[in-house]
Amino acid sequence: MQVTRRDFLRLTASAGAGTAIGGLVGLGVSLAPAAARAQELRIKDAKTTPSICPFCSVGCATLIHTVDGKIVNIEGDPRSPHNEGTLCPKGAAIYQLHMNPNRATKVLHRKPGAGDWEVVELEWAMDRVAELIKQTRDETFIEKLPNGKLVNMTPAIFGLGGATLDSEFNHVCQKFWRGLGVVAIENQARI
Amino acid sequence: MGSNMAECHPVAFRWPMKAKLNGAKLIHVDPRFTRTSAVSDLHVPIRAGSDIAFLGGLINYVIHSKRWNADPFFKEFVVNYTNAATIINPDFKDTEELEGVFSGLATFAEPAFWPYNGLLGRYDPATWQYKRGPKGPGPVTKDLIARRAGPPFDDLVRSLKPGPAEKDPTLQHPHCVFQILKHHFSRYTPEMVEQICGSPKEKFIKVAEMLLENSGRDRTSAFAYAVAWTQHTYGVQMIGCCALLQLLLGNIGRPGAGVMALRGHAAIQGSTDVPTLYHSIHGYMNAPSALRPHETLRDYMAAETSPTSYYGNLPKFLVSYLKSVYGPAATAENDFGYDWHPKILGDHSHIATFAAMAEGKVKGMVCVGQNPATSLNGSATRLAMRELEWMVVKDNWLTETATHWYLGPEVKDGAVKVGDIKTEIFFFPSTQIAEYDGSFTNTQRMLQWHSKASDAPGDCRTDTWFYHNLAKRLKKAYAGSKLSRDQGWNNVLWAFDPDPGVKPIYPGEPDALKILREINGYQTADPKQHLKGFAELKDDGSTTCASWIYCGCFPAWDQNLTARREPDPPGVPGAHLKWGWAWPANRRVMYNRASADLKGNPWSERKRWVWWDASFVNPPDPKTGKVVPRGKWVGYDVPDCGATKAPDAKPKPDGIGLDALSGAQPFIMRADGKGWLFVPAGLVDGPLPTHYEPHESPVKNLLYKQQSSPVHKLWAPGKPYNQIAAVGDPKFPYVISTYRLTEHYLAGAMSRWLPWLSELQPELFIELGKDLAREKGIRNLDWVIITSPRGHVRAKALVTDRIGVMNVAGKRIHHVGMPWHWGWMGLSTGDVVNDLTSWVGDPNVSIHEGKAFVCNVERA
Amino acid sequence: MPEAMGFFTDTTVCIGCKACEVACKEWNQLPAENGGIRELSGDSYDNTRRLDGIHWRHVRFIEQFSGPYNGRWLMMSDVCKHCVQAGCIEVCPTGAIIRTEFDTVVIQSDVCNGCRACISACPFGVIDINAVAGTAQKCTLCYDRLKVGLEPACAKACPTDSIQFGPITELRARAQKRKDQLRAQGVEAQLYGADPQGPLGGLNSFYLLVDEPEVYGLPRNPKLPSRNLKQSTSFSVASAAVLGVLALVGLRKRRMDEQPPSLS
Repeated sequence: MQVTRRDFLRLTASAGAGTAIGGLVGLGVSLAPAAARAQELRIKDAKTTPSICPFCSVGCATLIHTVDGKIVNIEGDPRSPHNEGTLCPKGAAIYQLHMNPNRATKVLHRKPGAGDWEVVELEWAMDRVAELIKQTRDETFIEKLPNGKLVNMTPAIFGLGGATLDSEFNHVCQKFWRGLGVVAIENQARI
Repeated sequence: MGSNMAECHPVAFRWPMKAKLNGAKLIHVDPRFTRTSAVSDLHVPIRAGSDIAFLGGLINYVIHSKRWNADPFFKEFVVNYTNAATIINPDFKDTEELEGVFSGLATFAEPAFWPYNGLLGRYDPATWQYKRGPKGPGPVTKDLIARRAGPPFDDLVRSLKPGPAEKDPTLQHPHCVFQILKHHFSRYTPEMVEQICGSPKEKFIKVAEMLLENSGRDRTSAFAYAVAWTQHTYGVQMIGCCALLQLLLGNIGRPGAGVMALRGHAAIQGSTDVPTLYHSIHGYMNAPSALRPHETLRDYMAAETSPTSYYGNLPKFLVSYLKSVYGPAATAENDFGYDWHPKILGDHSHIATFAAMAEGKVKGMVCVGQNPATSLNGSATRLAMRELEWMVVKDNWLTETATHWYLGPEVKDGAVKVGDIKTEIFFFPSTQIAEYDGSFTNTQRMLQWHSKASDAPGDCRTDTWFYHNLAKRLKKAYAGSKLSRDQGWNNVLWAFDPDPGVKPIYPGEPDALKILREINGYQTADPKQHLKGFAELKDDGSTTCASWIYCGCFPAWDQNLTARREPDPPGVPGAHLKWGWAWPANRRVMYNRASADLKGNPWSERKRWVWWDASFVNPPDPKTGKVVPRGKWVGYDVPDCGATKAPDAKPKPDGIGLDALSGAQPFIMRADGKGWLFVPAGLVDGPLPTHYEPHESPVKNLLYKQQSSPVHKLWAPGKPYNQIAAVGDPKFPYVISTYRLTEHYLAGAMSRWLPWLSELQPELFIELGKDLAREKGIRNLDWVIITSPRGHVRAKALVTDRIGVMNVAGKRIHHVGMPWHWGWMGLSTGDVVNDLTSWVGDPNVSIHEGKAFVCNVERA
Repeated sequence: MPEAMGFFTDTTVCIGCKACEVACKEWNQLPAENGGIRELSGDSYDNTRRLDGIHWRHVRFIEQFSGPYNGRWLMMSDVCKHCVQAGCIEVCPTGAIIRTEFDTVVIQSDVCNGCRACISACPFGVIDINAVAGTAQKCTLCYDRLKVGLEPACAKACPTDSIQFGPITELRARAQKRKDQLRAQGVEAQLYGADPQGPLGGLNSFYLLVDEPEVYGLPRNPKLPSRNLKQSTSFSVASAAVLGVLALVGLRKRRMDEQPPSLS
């Protein structure tokens, strides 16, 4: 059997149901049972969704296996010319980004001066953030500089982040801020 | 150089390793012997921050080498494809004449309206320009601006054309670029490299010989770098210096060649292209600025358009962008809403903004998927954040940024009381990669789509959902406002809700495909008619396109090319043009016209990539029906030149854009179509790379009287939270560099919460040499205190010979290194190494100097 | 008929990234030790230190320097050797350890009674009790994946193909070629466990090394556990099968004594 990375044993299953073993034949004795038991394949009947590794910039392609919408496995996409199915330890751990009891799942709010968080409603928090953005924008907006130059901006709000997120996020983020006149928009590319 | 590729980009390193098995040689020049060094053919130690001296030494060695002077390939490439022959203004003075600075140095005064630029000086680049003949006749730019000419803006662009540059193809003229650079690098001798870099001379010469041997018609060499070349007060010059060397060696625009940026994040290329960065708007157009002549649309076009390169099309890019921002409200009459678009006041970059925040000038911050509490000068950053009136953190985990107000080191040690922090703070949980749709742009400029596979738990929402739903709230809040300052926002086109019948993936979620459609662009009159490429863009408002460089990624309503997953079959060169989509125009090697010679033939059979097929029969022009002469650029990649423009085509005398270039000018984004050895425009710190010491250094600059870059940035000068060590300060005698590990990810939020990764690198450490350990009585695993003028951190010692002492400028200099992934949250915790770094940085791009500074080390 | 399958680990292209360790844990759903909260080991970049019941792959880091920047840094991903003559199989009193149709060695967790006999029987220190399961565990060579034609998780993930998976005969040929290539370059390369005439009948996970086996923590002359058997707590579970095993061990012991001491 000719084995190469591209055509063998990566994606498609071929039934392996043989019983004899090569290694011990020389001794004339076989210790092996007729067929070994194995746990059922975790990705049997799983749905496969193409994805991309969210860590570094190499852009390794992944395949996400889900059963009833629950992630059961994530591994490299062997078709990818970047990674040909391989991954680094971070890429191999993408599963734990998702299936992790430490994940934050609630909206938290800390009042000025308070010593602790409070769990709050998502909609309430969104309303409050919008209110604060409007308030700060209105208080600090500069239409013209003292020298008369039209600038239509505020330097008092900072929008940070984007290099770990989609291009679609970045478009919406910068359009939102620039639309409002906020220019201090930055992400990890700066550092 | 400047990268630990095996460590930080292990899967990309698959390919150098495959090349090595095929006989390629790997060289690693690095202050540490790393995972990359371990599998390289040659490791050369180098003091952090001295790379320009090393590269300058290579340049000097190359141009005096027998091989470079004997093989006609190098001259042919350099004379024709670079600006080596171009003559520079005779008033130009080099660092050789001015003790380490260029002509035009002036003082910089901070403008009162935004005093956070941090520049220590500035250059007037007038003397750096090409020597030119008289300008041609035609309308004058300022008249065209005054009478609001255009659209079309072709006359405005044409009016910008300068006179022809003078050249000497023999490269003998004393003011030609080649002679200037030869003179400039003349003192970068192997002996000097050894003194400055601490790199043994024989190893340096071996690198030079290996590069020469492996460059030419039949062979190419490539450089890979990462943030160890960007995080300096002269980072851009470092990378430019490498490009200069590679141009001299004929290693640009060819397969297996180039200067490869290995970027850090999945979307960091995308977030630069689609700029959540203050200084640029889509597709690398400069953000309109109060510091530049950008008053009106035409002023901006006149200042920013390069008339004799592909950037001659800038008016088309800009107007199509403004249409994407302001939609139907953007008209020719109102200059497509240009006046509504905000202008920057100066430097609003990461550090500048935190410096302003520390002085109470920034009131609110929304931080999504980033962790500044552990970033550069961490304690100053946290001090700044305590001045905020409100702060929003949106992330998958409670990061250090989200918790600095009650768990930060200054709160824990009692220096800061929680109750004294008046900031109102929000935390919103986010989705993970498998839980939403969208595209990442990788380090090869390739857009790759990913699809949702499962639902996010609890209140986790996508980050796009967050801004989309804030936008809808603010649209409502400002609706009906008659204030002039609100008109821009009220006219912003916001149409990302799914079309009727399309189910959002979460309640209120925008349609990611719709966002990509706007980025790609469409015919304004019919948004269903997508643009197929940037050649279709118009400057009259009839096309809407946020990002000209992404135009073509979604060329038809049902063709999202970023989602393609069709690799090439085995046994072909493997451009993989049907896998994802790379900007520009799905081109995989930029400037690939340089992979063929002047006549359009491949430089060699082995290095074939794109070439001119003179016998190719072209169909008639589909628009005009006219006959198109024979001949076409063909090959493995999308050619980076006019597809049917013959290699011997002459520039059109009245041409703008590509028409102003001949068929033998591969560098079509440059005004002269040539690779720039000498950079007359675009850099604020000099036209040629020059060795300066880092802002903090244990030694004096051996090459020049000028110690550090005369124009680099120092923010918050003199403030107690940004103290700086003097040159050779005995309190901070060691050179330190910060870096990453394979097992962790950047500021740690995406790795320190993962048990599988945390157990692999469970604690912060400092790598230090055996000599230093002996001198300081430090044993392996001892706790060590590392101090810089900004603060101190504790870490366990990893004593090793993989890093150590170097002989620099006659002194024994100890080099130490620390990974910086840690903070106080997560399963694997440790001190914030960035509490040691400072707010100094590069004058071109405002990136901090995190890769070379000074410290002290003591046993705890 | 399936061929004997296994691993060839070319340590000269290992970059020590530990993708194999994590990919193994991901596929086999193995926990991190103490939930990932651990202390720095101080042993180069190795913080998991050994193969055991929850670490079925382990990357070893060996720093060989004679002064600053002067030396080499060896890395090797280690795993169960899937010995052709496997001591663990022979001492297992419950028959939990089996040889599969791929000639690999697998512990069936649902049959294992945790008696630990295999732990001391393994000359490579590969097996240990997985505290979560309470049974002895080790690399299965991803038997579940092999059954459906998938490559083992570690080999698939390995970015530099240091871990190669395939039919043993083909891997051996490839390994020999690589060894010859390195030798021609002046590298002291040797193969460990590639010889079917060697100790334990050859290893179905074998290695290309550039130093002596001991440097990598590998026994120069791994032996079947004839002496350990008597101490095995479960030896009382005598059966015809076990007696058969004993007879076989004696036979193999003699064969091994006739062989050269090194697995080169």
